[in-house]
Amino acid sequence: MEIPRDQIEAGSMTRQIYSFHGGVHPEENKQISTQHAIAVAPVPAHVIVPVRQHIGQPAKPCVAVGDRVLKGQMIAAAEGYISVAAHAPTSGVVTAIDLHPVPHPSGLSDLCIHIAADGEDRWIERNPTDYRNMNASALRNRLRDMGIAGLGGAVFPTFIKLNPGVPQKVQTLLLNGGECEPWITCDDMTMREHAAEIMQGATVMRFMLRAETVLVGIEDNKPQAIAAMQQAAAQCDFPVEIVTIPTLYPGGGAKQMIKTVTGKEVPSGGRSTDVGVATFNVGTALAIHRAVNLGEPLISRVVTVTGNVGQPRNFEVLIGTPIDELIALAGKHADTVTGHLMGGPMMGIELARTDVPVVKATNCILVKSAKLFPPPPPAMPCIRCTRCADACPADLQPQELLWFTRSKNFDRAEKYQLFDCIECGCCSYVCPSHIPLVQYYRYAKSEISAKQKDQQAADHARERHESRIARIEREKQERAEKLAQKAAAKPAADAATDDPATVVKKAAIQAAIERAKAAKAADDTVATPTE
Amino acid sequence: MLSSPYINEKTSVFVIMLKVMLALVPAIAAYVWYFGPAILISLTIASVTALVLETIAVKLRGLPARPFLMDGSALVTAWLLALSIPSIAPWWLIVVGTFFAIIVAKHLYGGLGNNLFNPAMVGYAVLIISFPVQMTHWAAPYSLAGEHLGLADAAQYIFSGLLPDGWKLDAISTATPLDTLRTQLQLHRSVADISQMPIFGSIGGQGSEIVVLMFLLGGIYLWLTRIITWHIPLAFLGALALIAGIFHMVNPQHYATPWFHIASGGAMLGAFFIATDPVSGATTPKGKLIFGAGIGLLTYLIRALGGYPDGVAFAVLLMNITVPLIDAYTQPPVYGHKGIAK
Repeated sequence: MEIPRDQIEAGSMTRQIYSFHGGVHPEENKQISTQHAIAVAPVPAHVIVPVRQHIGQPAKPCVAVGDRVLKGQMIAAAEGYISVAAHAPTSGVVTAIDLHPVPHPSGLSDLCIHIAADGEDRWIERNPTDYRNMNASALRNRLRDMGIAGLGGAVFPTFIKLNPGVPQKVQTLLLNGGECEPWITCDDMTMREHAAEIMQGATVMRFMLRAETVLVGIEDNKPQAIAAMQQAAAQCDFPVEIVTIPTLYPGGGAKQMIKTVTGKEVPSGGRSTDVGVATFNVGTALAIHRAVNLGEPLISRVVTVTGNVGQPRNFEVLIGTPIDELIALAGKHADTVTGHLMGGPMMGIELARTDVPVVKATNCILVKSAKLFPPPPPAMPCIRCTRCADACPADLQPQELLWFTRSKNFDRAEKYQLFDCIECGCCSYVCPSHIPLVQYYRYAKSEISAKQKDQQAADHARERHESRIARIEREKQERAEKLAQKAAAKPAADAATDDPATVVKKAAIQAAIERAKAAKAADDTVATPTE
Repeated sequence: MLSSPYINEKTSVFVIMLKVMLALVPAIAAYVWYFGPAILISLTIASVTALVLETIAVKLRGLPARPFLMDGSALVTAWLLALSIPSIAPWWLIVVGTFFAIIVAKHLYGGLGNNLFNPAMVGYAVLIISFPVQMTHWAAPYSLAGEHLGLADAAQYIFSGLLPDGWKLDAISTATPLDTLRTQLQLHRSVADISQMPIFGSIGGQGSEIVVLMFLLGGIYLWLTRIITWHIPLAFLGALALIAGIFHMVNPQHYATPWFHIASGGAMLGAFFIATDPVSGATTPKGKLIFGAGIGLLTYLIRALGGYPDGVAFAVLLMNITVPLIDAYTQPPVYGHKGIAK
């Protein structure tokens, strides 16, 4: 699919853009939440900060219950390599460090630090970083300690991605302003209102990556954001290209965005850096600007509150704000609320409860009503119409994967590259039989992973068992040898029987008899062997 | 609790089937215009039989009747079968064919989505093998018929086999152009000579070539509305034209033109409406090309060298067998796997 879709003018430069396979055009529903500027949500009375808001190991609390904390103070430090810190979103007192429900479809609880706000919202001392005169590794650690993780949804620790690699692997810095999910407008509004700061963040990232090219990919349904970003790009002292890409879900997915703007495909199982591209969400660039140039850690983000609410709009929200308080800010709508999604309708998760906090991954809260989200019609049999295959941006054959999953033929599913599925939902979206295909694939993936884990555990147990057998054998041998030595040390009175070989043999026989006795005794007492 | 995505495109199996039936309407209208209203009766018999059998099968299998009857697939099968057999065939022939299509080919294999073979073509194959005589009496074009069967007369003939006093079967029925070509060739006449007979039109059969044109229009509608892709029809008709062209070039006296082959018999209906059945056809783009081309090739071989005047049904059924193999070997490269040696 190396077909150039269009030649787009961007300043004085033109860039050939490419198309990825498939994609769908769901109703956008973005207009309703872009009517008003981003509002600053008030400081809540009580914030709940989970220690794991990123991919990787949870941060380790570094405050105690009763401690007074300032806004921006680190309250949990990164632990392990893939981890970032967490910070107090406002000043106050730590009231508890315990399990609390976090945004998760099953209502799962995780370790959270609770802070009762004191209302002063007093900042910790903020120091800009002179990043140009700083050791590269120290700078990365600084971003880790500022809690920066990808705000596009994956929340991968950003500092890890800001490594140019040895040898230099990254040539292109790609800022992702695609925002292809319906309903969500937080990146759109962030670009409209904070374009210059995003570019300042990009300046830092470009420096860290020593990138030659800086691109910003934005879907063409955001003309105001494109204009704002073009204006900001013109102010930069290095070339930045704003690439307008066609609106096509999931064009904002990192792999699809890279394909669209560079024509390259990230190899399966690889990273975008394998094709020389480092991709970051535009909101992440803004967070980096604030962390490096202003000394402010990641304690707030822009969240779209939309759907079945009085006035859909975007809010700059402190991390840790209870989601129900945030929803209340958008007002009530006459329709009955039938549920809440975090994220968009294509890839979001259904929240089991709304007393969970806003986290770094919270880009949108979508309040459902039966009118906006009618329950899906009952699933019918697959008629192999291959609309799913036509829509799949990973070039998979979803109808075959469904067949293999239903028949629990997981080996075949894996062979048909099940694990390249990005769970974007295009297949389920277009299915005329309304089959929840993505659910099948999640199930198959978890079954395969569980099986692999079982296999590993079984391998491990077998190895342990074998080494135990070997050890017992070795010890037996040693005992026999000791016995033999003892026997050899005896006076030569019974010279005829003193042949060491015979003694060893005798000892071995004796040992075997004992072993047999022991085994029999064990059999009698223990019905089932433990190993 | 459901997981993502939470929205669906406003479509359903029923909408797809409805569009397929809609695409058949112009051809049916042309059929009525050129061959009389008997086709409306056979379509009705097939539809009613299919719905009754579908209801019984769905009930026996313990499935909810409403969604499965509402999917429309049984009606599409019924229409395709009725359009494949003579419109003036006796009622029981249609019922038997529909029974084999719906019960044997579809539900005994597991129902919608699970049939290995195209149901309508299974029904057709059973009929052409078991009742070859009834399957050769096609309604003559009005322009050639001695007598015109009206709706009431047609109904009487289909249900009782009785024609109005004094009418002969020969006055209302005829062999198809393909059949005529076949029998006349056996009498050692040349293609050019045979084509002068009144049953032949300008490229295909008298009247039937217009019906075929309407199938083409309907097929283009299905392609434009993305119910089908271009792969199977193009490969089918392309392969048929190619091999017919080669034979015709070698011996124009004995082998008809490629355009005659495309415009006659079940080729156009088969290419756009039958071979494109997603359930029993290949699914990958490359696979669809192989599948379609195979049908086109086999259709020609059966027509030109085999024992039946038309070969679409057997070609489709034979290629249905190969679908799992074709699909397995034509998987398109997955994102991120291109250029990676396996």
